[in-house]
Amino acid sequence: MVAQNIAFGVLAAATSLAAIRVVTTRNVVHAALYLVVVLASVGALYILLTAEFVAAVQILVYVGAIVVLLLFGVMLTKATLGEDDQLDNDQRWLGAVIALFLLGTLSFVLVDAFGDDKLPSLEGVSRATLEAQRGSGAVGDAIFSTFLVPFEVVSVLLLAALVGAIVLARRD
Amino acid sequence: MLLNQFLLLGAVLFCTGVYGVLARRNAVLVLMSIELILNAVNINLLAFGAMHGEAAAVASQVFALFVITVAAAEVGVGLAIVLLIYRNRTSVDLDQVDLMRG
Repeated sequence: MVAQNIAFGVLAAATSLAAIRVVTTRNVVHAALYLVVVLASVGALYILLTAEFVAAVQILVYVGAIVVLLLFGVMLTKATLGEDDQLDNDQRWLGAVIALFLLGTLSFVLVDAFGDDKLPSLEGVSRATLEAQRGSGAVGDAIFSTFLVPFEVVSVLLLAALVGAIVLARRD
Repeated sequence: MLLNQFLLLGAVLFCTGVYGVLARRNAVLVLMSIELILNAVNINLLAFGAMHGEAAAVASQVFALFVITVAAAEVGVGLAIVLLIYRNRTSVDLDQVDLMRG
């Protein structure tokens, strides 16, 4: 339990600091690289929550594909490499006030509603049981039985997005 | 571990993303902030799933996978739109995209 809490503390600190750097840094490429840190530590948090398949997909899809796509976007739009003071607009203080207000409200509501609720301890549960109940196999079974229709709909959505992106970005 | 640890981290990520969407001028950076928001949602989903037994744990993982898929689709189309804006105005400054201003 202690080890889990230490791991959570380290990952939470890395996630929040890197996330704040993503939205405050003056270098577009650095923002994308800080985003890698955020996404990888969120993936590690998924492992803490016993969701190892989602963690693997997080690394593959987010760090492997989406960040590369964003870097391509940075490159193709010829963003200024290096420091650029024009990345933030004039409403940044208003934005900070709104975000802090939102954070205050959310924290108040969460602490009020969930207080000291503990995640069920998995100590003593055998690894095989855990694997059978919520491991990758169980997730695969659920996708191809209970969630078969949503799964197919999502694949059509991906196809539509792919075609749409090609149509939009094509030079003609 | 407390449930609230994860929920509060999700709230921090979400609000950071909201700040990024409001304060950034470069369209690609706005897309990055949207990714932060979607990740916050996923942390919440998986935390609640771990809270409520094995059926919820599996369902939350499937939901998180769907969110990741939709995020990938969103980034693809979003970047195509950003490229189109760049091609038409040679800039991705969102403050200059004000055709709808009366």
